[in-house]
Amino acid sequence: MSRRVDHVKAARTFIQDEPHIKFHDQRLWGLRQLRDGQAHGIAEWEQLRELASQIKEHTLSHLGDYLEQFERNATANGVIVHWAADAAEHNRIVHEILSAQAVTLLVKSKSMLTEECEMRPYLEARGIAVVETDLGERIQQLDHEMPSHIVVPAVHKLRGDVAQVFAENIGTDPTNDDPAYLAEGMRQDTRPYFLKAGAGMTGCNFAVAETGSVVVCTNEGNADLSANVPPLHIASIGIEKLIPRQSDLGVFIRMLSRSALGSPITQYTSHFRAPKAGGAMHFILVDNGRSARLAMDDFWYSLKCIRCGACMNTCPVYRRSGGLSYGGVYAGPIGAIINPTFDLKKYSALPFASTLNGSCSNVCPVKINIHEQIYKWRQIVAEQGELGFIKKESMKLAGKVLADPKRYRAFSEGSNRAIDTLPRALLYNPFNAWGKQRELPTPAAQTFHQWYAAQRKEQADE
Amino acid sequence: MKVALFVPCFIDTFFPEVAIATLELLERVGCEVVYPPDQTCCGQPLGNSGCQQDAAGAEALFVRNFAAYDYIVAPSGSCVHHVRDHLTAIPQDAAAKHVRAQTFELVEFLHDVLQIRDFPWARFEHKVGWHNSCGTLRQLHHAQPSEINAPFFSKPLTLLAGVPGIELVSPKRPDECCGFGGTFCVTEEPVSARMGYDKVRDHQQAGADFIASADMSCLMHQKGCAERLGLPLRFVHIAQILNGSVR
Repeated sequence: MSRRVDHVKAARTFIQDEPHIKFHDQRLWGLRQLRDGQAHGIAEWEQLRELASQIKEHTLSHLGDYLEQFERNATANGVIVHWAADAAEHNRIVHEILSAQAVTLLVKSKSMLTEECEMRPYLEARGIAVVETDLGERIQQLDHEMPSHIVVPAVHKLRGDVAQVFAENIGTDPTNDDPAYLAEGMRQDTRPYFLKAGAGMTGCNFAVAETGSVVVCTNEGNADLSANVPPLHIASIGIEKLIPRQSDLGVFIRMLSRSALGSPITQYTSHFRAPKAGGAMHFILVDNGRSARLAMDDFWYSLKCIRCGACMNTCPVYRRSGGLSYGGVYAGPIGAIINPTFDLKKYSALPFASTLNGSCSNVCPVKINIHEQIYKWRQIVAEQGELGFIKKESMKLAGKVLADPKRYRAFSEGSNRAIDTLPRALLYNPFNAWGKQRELPTPAAQTFHQWYAAQRKEQADE
Repeated sequence: MKVALFVPCFIDTFFPEVAIATLELLERVGCEVVYPPDQTCCGQPLGNSGCQQDAAGAEALFVRNFAAYDYIVAPSGSCVHHVRDHLTAIPQDAAAKHVRAQTFELVEFLHDVLQIRDFPWARFEHKVGWHNSCGTLRQLHHAQPSEINAPFFSKPLTLLAGVPGIELVSPKRPDECCGFGGTFCVTEEPVSARMGYDKVRDHQQAGADFIASADMSCLMHQKGCAERLGLPLRFVHIAQILNGSVR
């Protein structure tokens, strides 16, 4: 089995680098503030959230019907539709489509689903070069890292880091970290790939059942180049991306970019419906654990997610630990509730990388109860025996003490009370961790319990 | 009005003065206050750790201690949130339902149930930064969280406005979690401490002399951070201000 993600260790390393954590926190908090500006500028914002939530819940409750409707309409439009039960099947289908056309170079725009399927290494091992054309995603590809954020994949890097990565890989000047210069360098490097590529791949923000079309929202235009320049377009689609009608799009498009980046709309909202003349278009509908999650009473709401990243931007823990510390494709609050569905043991620390403050649920444009799901996941982690020995045993002891007033008083008011005993019982030896960067609280000379007993006895005696 | 006082375990041990202020304040405004002596803890640290089974004993004891009272009041938002929304490790019989429905956090009890607005006996001539603890803000709905597009309100600030002399200052991120988070403060120590540092610095830069809150656990963490950083901030629970015990 895969190794358990150690969020604390990764966060500690991230925090030790002051320039990076400071930028990361302020940049993402800035996005949250821009989001607030947009959200508060629309009188019906909260109604939109409710409507979006209802549309998604309705669609998920009739998912089979809408998927079949989508397939029928897409097929009628001339698109070849494939079904992939899991990541392996998805990758195999992509490989078969590309092999049939002898494609050796694939350009692609950003898709979290292909990250989830680990498609790039799969294709590369079979002789197909894959070029990410989203700026942030390309930075991460060249630096051999996963995206640290679902919307801004390289947000944990400073401009100097990017200058370094580009200098080593695409020959830009290592001493020039001007963002415009770096973006232009990447643009010049990437353009020839669009012309040479035998196929282009996009993800999908929304798949519209009534039209059989796929909608992709980007800011760089790279999805349009990827889809339109090569003769072959493949779109990978998570089955939860379905919405019933074209008119439903209005609800989501109004909220997606506002929630993500605090901009009213993405630069490009591209609708792909049919292959161009002489070309081919393939849609791959991917399950990869989604229908299993749909059957989970407490967790199916997470399928409403439209991948805006607002929960990450607002999360005080994410902002101070960085996306890579979550060790999975999805980071932040949404990662804490999605990743465990793939591998509970590996991601058992993630539901605890949260203060349960609830801000994530409040910014979520489709009203996923993220923090409540985090709370529920903690119960699953404990039930499955993944808490760790010390935590499990100390909780058991604390449970017994707190259920017994006499034992509790012996702990809290006994001779070696308080700082060594009570909090140890309650919070399993916290003060090693507490005292590293914080002063200890001083226990009072007398507990309230003792004060009350003495005081009220005095009053009764008077 | 008969009220049972619930004193959370860490307040009993570390901050008895907060419990005393709560008791005196409730008596001052006319409540008959009872302190059930067998109380321990609501079970929140266990529940928040996912340990439902281990929480059952503390939760059952909590219900036994408080089932006989019309109102149960505690000076701690996160504990009241646990009782109201998460006390689910035990069977939900009539007693459990009653206790969960009738447990109030001090601010909401004063604001909503007793509807008190003026505290003429109190006086607080200091610059105060208010800490919206997440449990009170987003779970008990003490105030309108900044994420939501709806009219502003704040029950604690409404109460503090009734204290003569007080001057409120606002940090740049009034809703940001301080990083206490219960067991999070030790299991995720690096992030917790960093959040605490950022929080107390934000208040200090806003010009606060005191940070006040309805949650002493957040303040315990922030106090530890401020002391380590050498910041001259002081910390006070809203009960101490409203009762006039700290001036």
